[in-house]
Amino acid sequence: MKFTLSWLKDHLDTEASLDEFLYALTDLGLEVEEVIDPGAKLAPFTLAKVLHAEKHPDADKLRVCNVLTDEGEKTIVCGAPNARAGITVVLCKPGDYVPGIDVTLGVGKIRGVESHGMMASERELELSDEHNGIIELPSGEVGERFVDWLAENRPEAVDPVIDIAITPNRPDALGVRGVARDLAARGLGKLKPLEVEPVPGGFDSPISVTIDPALKDKGCPLFAGRVIRGVKNGPSPEWLQKRLEAIGLRPISALVDITNYFTYDLNRPLHVFDAAKVAGGALRIEPAKGGEEFLALDGKTYTIREGQMVICDDTGVESLAGIMGGEISGATDETVDVFLESAYWDPITIAATGRALKINSDARYRFERGVDPEFTLPGLELATQMVLDLCGGEASNVVMDGAVPDTARAYRLDPARVISLVGMDIPEATQRATLEALGFTLTGDMAAPPSWRPDVLGEADLVEEVARIASLTKLQGKPMARETVGVPKAVLTPMQVREKTARRTIAALGYNECVTYSFIDAKSAALFGGGSEPTRVDNPISSEMTHLRPDLLAGLLQAAARNQARGFADLALFEVGPAFSGGEPGDQHIQAAGLLVGSAGPRDPWGSRRPVDVYDAKADAEAVLAALGAPARAQVGRDVAGWWHPGRSGRIALGPNALAVFGEVHPKVLREMGVKGPAVAFTIWVENLPFPKKKGATRPALQISDLQAVERDFAFVMDAQVEALKAVNAALGADKALIDSVSVFDQFSGAKAEEQMGAGKKSIALTVRLQPRDKTLTDAEIEAVSAKIIDKVTKATGGSLRG
Amino acid sequence: MHALDELKAKYLTAVNEAASEAALEEIRLAALGKKGEISLKMRELGQMSPEERQTVGKALNVLKDEIDAALRAKKVALADAALDARLAQEWLDVTLPGRPRRQGTIHPVSQVMDEVTAIFADMGFAVAEGPQVESDWYNFDALNIAPEHPARQEHDTFFMARDAADPRPPHVLRTHTSPVQIRAMQAQGAPIRVIAPGRVYRMDMDQTHTPMFHQVEGMAIGRDISMANLKWVLEEFCKAFFEVDNVELRFRASHFPFTEPSAEVDIRCSWEGGQLKIGEGNDWMEILGSGMMHPKVLEAGGIDPNEWQGFAFGMGIDRLAMLKYGIPDLRAFFESDLRWLKHYGFAPLDLPTVFGGLSK
Repeated sequence: MKFTLSWLKDHLDTEASLDEFLYALTDLGLEVEEVIDPGAKLAPFTLAKVLHAEKHPDADKLRVCNVLTDEGEKTIVCGAPNARAGITVVLCKPGDYVPGIDVTLGVGKIRGVESHGMMASERELELSDEHNGIIELPSGEVGERFVDWLAENRPEAVDPVIDIAITPNRPDALGVRGVARDLAARGLGKLKPLEVEPVPGGFDSPISVTIDPALKDKGCPLFAGRVIRGVKNGPSPEWLQKRLEAIGLRPISALVDITNYFTYDLNRPLHVFDAAKVAGGALRIEPAKGGEEFLALDGKTYTIREGQMVICDDTGVESLAGIMGGEISGATDETVDVFLESAYWDPITIAATGRALKINSDARYRFERGVDPEFTLPGLELATQMVLDLCGGEASNVVMDGAVPDTARAYRLDPARVISLVGMDIPEATQRATLEALGFTLTGDMAAPPSWRPDVLGEADLVEEVARIASLTKLQGKPMARETVGVPKAVLTPMQVREKTARRTIAALGYNECVTYSFIDAKSAALFGGGSEPTRVDNPISSEMTHLRPDLLAGLLQAAARNQARGFADLALFEVGPAFSGGEPGDQHIQAAGLLVGSAGPRDPWGSRRPVDVYDAKADAEAVLAALGAPARAQVGRDVAGWWHPGRSGRIALGPNALAVFGEVHPKVLREMGVKGPAVAFTIWVENLPFPKKKGATRPALQISDLQAVERDFAFVMDAQVEALKAVNAALGADKALIDSVSVFDQFSGAKAEEQMGAGKKSIALTVRLQPRDKTLTDAEIEAVSAKIIDKVTKATGGSLRG
Repeated sequence: MHALDELKAKYLTAVNEAASEAALEEIRLAALGKKGEISLKMRELGQMSPEERQTVGKALNVLKDEIDAALRAKKVALADAALDARLAQEWLDVTLPGRPRRQGTIHPVSQVMDEVTAIFADMGFAVAEGPQVESDWYNFDALNIAPEHPARQEHDTFFMARDAADPRPPHVLRTHTSPVQIRAMQAQGAPIRVIAPGRVYRMDMDQTHTPMFHQVEGMAIGRDISMANLKWVLEEFCKAFFEVDNVELRFRASHFPFTEPSAEVDIRCSWEGGQLKIGEGNDWMEILGSGMMHPKVLEAGGIDPNEWQGFAFGMGIDRLAMLKYGIPDLRAFFESDLRWLKHYGFAPLDLPTVFGGLSK
């Protein structure tokens, strides 16, 4: 919302300075976005007087002038035909920046004569396009600042333009008068009264108006207008054109400019029809049948949908009610009889139609936020008077249908509650005075909002008005103690702690944390079991972001591809965040995913460089699970989703409850996503881990034996695809009391192994640690356990003890 | 006694000159072995008179101890020399690299969330969460944003696809963390103090906007919590977060449908030389939006606005990270460029705490 300072002063009797206004506006919630002060660029220039002028010795068209300035007499060479003795001019000195020619002046030598500055034309100072000669001022003293002279003699030339942001709740501030009212309430002047004198009609309006009964309750409560005949349209007066231009509007014609002026001055949008082009002498406000083509004032043709509110005459749609008028019936320079419309449109109806047709207009912007319904008729009267003043003519009686909707309501002002909510001591009298200054009517403790404040809908709104005018900048902070005294309890839930633990554990394992977008392209989503209709974003911002991600790996692989393109081959990336299984609010779960690509280390003298493999991913997954307190004995299965390598991936689960997957990413997926392998990864479903059942911090007592533990190694030959875990579990089961641990310490497989042990065979070597509890083991006892282990393992694996 | 002196000289010289442990052993046997010279002399003591025996015996024992000590000392000296010789051979180039170890990092968004959590936890705020796909009721209606209200259009909302047969309005990707206010109130009632950090989504992508970013919501409801309390809480937060002794906040009246009165909050700062300094200078920078919770929002959360009142605020986590750590470009947060992750990331064990400080 733009306006000029002088425009504001039309409504506000004030002595306040521009800076005071700017501070107050922002503080009041009418945030100043920009101030254009045309005087700023003219600040250096002063008035001077030409004492003497004579022809340049070496140039016919130049004059050498002797100029009296505030710094004494100076010689200035000038090419203007009007440069002559006796005139008062605007002086630009060496060092000054001249905006119209984009030059910072120096002392110049023109055809051998030194020139100490220049005398400016209007164009050179960006005051107008005038460039036939230098500025001649009819008054002014040598040394006087040119801006001061302008302020006194041509104030519009140095009138600051202020642009403020209006929050959606303040339609009243979309008119200059509303802004002035806020400033007056703040104490920066007095709101000037607005006198509305009804203009008596001289005849009956030849155009009648009717509102379709279906629209009277909701849509168009009130439609009024009158014909003004015999007007002379044409350019509007200069002051009006200047005002509109200052706020970025293009002057069109007096009639149109008047409607624009009322829109910005009083937030009262109007429309003018050329009465001669209204067929049948009647305007009807009705719901459209649908399919009508309508050529609007913006030059575009819109196809109107069924039910949208329109103004029709006998030939069809003439205006998109409250949004935009029609080109056909619009006023032109030839218009003689005009129908001036002032209506109150329902905000919701206007918003819906405007959005559906994608039309943004000043009228829509205002009507959908809510203009003052009670000002519909006064606005019509004031505008009629202005038409008569500027264009002449004779006004008819007012025709109207509907009535001003009843917006009367009142809310209780509880001064103590205001103080309690704001935390600022605002006396009751001040609270009441504030509301009255804003137009509220106070009766006892009830405050009735003015008709121009549709946003005030409850007691809380009264609090806001009082606080805003009192100035929140003045608010002083007050300490807020914790609800309980003493050492505060932990505030994170166990699940929140777990998520943080997962994140920092993975980072500690050497992964770099990424935060990737929650949405992903359809193709990538499909690769990871997603891309379903419920997870589709209906209005995606790009084709790369059409679906919610079903799995974090997709985003990490895309990140890996981008990094590979930048020349980084070895990557360890991870993310902890949400993945989406569906489109309902609950269809979200936390994943912790890590991705290793390339080599496990750089090239170095120690041969550290080797391709990452499944066991890297497995180790990291297990480390994270351990950090999260997962039970040690989870099962490892092979039941994994399709984006994993079917032979080189595993699923860690507790019964049916999957905790994690690790393995190589399926080569097809890598190819589709443009990632050069090898790439291994893990995904942990952080929420699937059970929480420990016991409460309390106490650990079970440590059981240690003074007796020496015994380790025995065994090697077994078995089929290559028998899983080692089978052998381990079988060995563990041989004597649960005695066997402390079993681990695989060697695997011998491949061609050499098969040469020794037969085709399709491998060898697995286990070390078993026996921990006697009450007495040292005898050789015989050790032999007995060993035999049992061999028996169990060979039975479980179908293998044999390696000879 | 002269003979003993000679013996002593002879053996000590021999020990001193011995070049190996074997030579030392030979000397030991020759002197102190069963048939060694000193042992033989010991045996001769029996044939001496008691007086003589006492003097000679004592002298012999002294001699024996002396030689034994010399032998031991020489043995240690020889071992040391051998070790020195070995160590002299065992030279390695210690400028070669150590075995590689990857260095992981924490993303600035996570780090700042932890910082924010640490500060508010100390002020008694718990952490609440909510879904990122939200019903339009939680995202808008419950927050007093009516369906046709212009504010609703200004949110640049992402809508989820809705099956034509499903009569419900489409779900949205939450446009702010404010719906968590409603969910937290419904779950916990009053009094309550929570923050809610998380991802939010707006249909906006340019130099300074990304379609996904992070916010933290804050809410405190009590019997007499005021806007002045809000200002204090935010002042304390800013001091702690930006790690400065003083901050100055300016509340500026504004409008949010879910708070009343509403205020945008600016912080005093200086941008001198392109470097942001909080708490000094003559510039004001907008950092968050806040206000007293609207009675309708309290009601939507199942809390009686006649009994309870409170404040709420929301601020951008990514923006906090950019301001505090001098990170220039929001878009880079989500690009996962390894160079960026390493440069702006944090060490895994740098968990921000109130007791240990937020940043190094």
